Amino acid sequence: MALERLFRRRRPSGENRDVPELWTKCEACGAQLYKKEFKENLYVCPKCGHHHRMPAAERVEMLADPGTFQEITRLRPLDPLAFLDTKPYVERLRAYQEETGRPDAILGGVCAIGGVPAVLLVMDYAFAGGSMGSVVGEEIARGAERAAAEGRALVIVAASGGARMQEAALSLMQMAKTVMSLDLLWAKRLPYVSVLTDPTTGGVTASFAALADVILAEPGALIGFAGPRVIRQTIRQELPEGFQRSEFLLRHGLVDRVTDRRKFKGELAQVLRHLHPGVPYGAGV
Amino acid sequence: MALEFERPILELEKRIQDLRETARTTGVDLEAEIRLLEERLERLKKETYENLTPWQRVQLARAPGRPTTLDVLEKAFQDFLELHGDRAFSDDSAIVGGLAYLEGEKVVVVGHQKGRDTKENLRRNFGMPHPEGYRKAMRLMDLADRFGYPFLSFIDTPGAYPGVSAEERGQAWVIAQSIQRMSRLRVPAIALILGEGGSGGALAIAVANRVLIMENAWYSVISPESCAAILWRDAKEAPRAAEALKLTAKDLLELRVVDAIVPEPEGGAHKDPEAAIRNIKEVLLKTLEELKGLSPEALYQDRYRRFRALGAFAEP
Repeated sequence: MALERLFRRRRPSGENRDVPELWTKCEACGAQLYKKEFKENLYVCPKCGHHHRMPAAERVEMLADPGTFQEITRLRPLDPLAFLDTKPYVERLRAYQEETGRPDAILGGVCAIGGVPAVLLVMDYAFAGGSMGSVVGEEIARGAERAAAEGRALVIVAASGGARMQEAALSLMQMAKTVMSLDLLWAKRLPYVSVLTDPTTGGVTASFAALADVILAEPGALIGFAGPRVIRQTIRQELPEGFQRSEFLLRHGLVDRVTDRRKFKGELAQVLRHLHPGVPYGAGV
Repeated sequence: MALEFERPILELEKRIQDLRETARTTGVDLEAEIRLLEERLERLKKETYENLTPWQRVQLARAPGRPTTLDVLEKAFQDFLELHGDRAFSDDSAIVGGLAYLEGEKVVVVGHQKGRDTKENLRRNFGMPHPEGYRKAMRLMDLADRFGYPFLSFIDTPGAYPGVSAEERGQAWVIAQSIQRMSRLRVPAIALILGEGGSGGALAIAVANRVLIMENAWYSVISPESCAAILWRDAKEAPRAAEALKLTAKDLLELRVVDAIVPEPEGGAHKDPEAAIRNIKEVLLKTLEELKGLSPEALYQDRYRRFRALGAFAEP
C-alpha cells in the first residue's frame, strides 16, 4: 500500500499516460497486486482467492494444450433491425470491435485439451457484455456441428449477460438454435462440458449453458436466470447472502462442481477423458 | 377500462348513443347529425386501428378481456380436460394444460394462463411461471410423444418469474430443458403467441414446427419497459423501445420468427373474443393439416431446420 502511494506521488500527473499501470487492486479484498503476477495467477487474487473476470484470449491460452488452438470463429454481425437506442447498434458494434479486436462476443477454435480433441468456444464479456446475438448463436451451432463431424468434445465457456437486446427476437431464437445443435453431439456420443464464469445470466444460462453433460463453475461467479437487480425490484427485498453465486448453485443441485481456476485445466481435461468414448483409461497427460 | 388511444373513439360512440337517446325521448329527428357522426366514427376507427404504433399494440396484447389460453381451450376445442402438477414439486397455475379435441382430433395442449381479474391474476402470478410450470409443460410434451398426438401451445406471458424461489429451483435450467424437450417432439407442434411473448419464458413452450401470432400480440427477447429501463435508463421510454425491438406480428413475420398472423377483430381481440377465437380455430386447423403428412422424423427435422435458419450475420 505505502509503496504504491510512493510510486503515485513520484509520477507527475499528465505524463506517462500510456505507460501501462503496473499495479492493480483486488476487487474483493482490496489488496494491491502486481499486475504481472496477478496475470500469471490467472486473475485470481493470491490473498483472498477472488476470481476476477478473465479476457477471452487468455482463457483460451489457459485451457487449450499449447500450440494446438486454431481459431474458427469468423462471422461478423449485422444490424437486421436497424436498432437505435441512445446510439445506433452499428456504432456500438464498431466500438466493441475496436476495443476487443474481435468481430463479436465469441472466440473459438479447434484444439486439444489434455490430449482430447475439442472444439473450444469462449464468450467474451468485454464485447457487449458477452451478449448472444445471431453471430454468437451461429458460431455455437457451427461449433457443435464441427465437433460432431470431427469426433471432438465441445467445451463452451460462458460469460454473458444473456441474449442481445439489439437483435431482439432474433437473439431469442438463438436460444432454440444453440440448444437444438447439441443434439448432433448426443447422436454421436460426444461430450459437451459447460463452464460457467462470472457472470452467466439470462438467455445464455437458459439455453445451451444449462444443458451440458457436465457443468463446471468458477468460484463466486454470478449465475442465474434473472439478474439480481430485477429480482430485488420484483420482490422488494434484499437478497440472501451468496444468492446466485456458484456455491449457492452447487448447494441447489444445479452445477456438478465448483472448481478453482488454478486447477481448472486439469479438472476439465479429466472430465473430458472420462467422458470421451475414444479416450481409453490412462491416456493423456 | 379504456386504453388511452381508444378514448376519442369511445367518446364519439358515447355522443352518438346520447343523440339516439335524445331523439328517442324527445321525438326530434336527429338522423342526419347521427349519420354524420357515424361516418366520422368510422373514419376515426380506421385511422386509429390501421395505424397502431407498436406500443399501442403492446397495450392491446395486455388488454383486459382479451382471450386467454383457457378461453381458447374451452371455446375452440372440445372436451378440454385439464391435467395438473409437475409430479415433482407443485402445480403452477401460471401454466395450464391437458387433453382436448380439435374438430374431433385428439391433441395435447399447454399454455400460459393470466388471470381474468385481479384475484385470479394474483393466483396465477400474472402468467409468470415458476420452474414447476415448465416441468408440467414437459410432462405434457412426453404425453404427446407417447401417444403421437399433436402438441399445441399458447403463449401469453410477460416472462418467466424472476424471484428467489424460481432461481433456487433452477429457472434457467428448466427453460433450457423445456426448449430442448419441445424441439425433440416427434409429433406436429404448433405454437400461437396469444398476447405477450416475453423472452425465454415464452420460447420455452414455443419451439414448434409452425409459430403463429395474433395480429396484436408481441414477442421479443425483453419487454419494452425492461428494455427501456436498461438502454434509456427510464422505463417511460417503453414506447420507443417497443418501436426499436420490432416486436409486432408484421415485423416478426418479415424476420421469419413467426410463420403466419391470425387476424383480430377491429379494435383488438378483446372487442370480440368469440370472433377472435373463431379465427384462431380456423388457422390452427389449416396449420395442422399442413403438417399432417410428415413422418415423426421429418417433423423433428423440419423444426430443426426452421430454427437453424434464424439469425442475420455476415460471412467474412
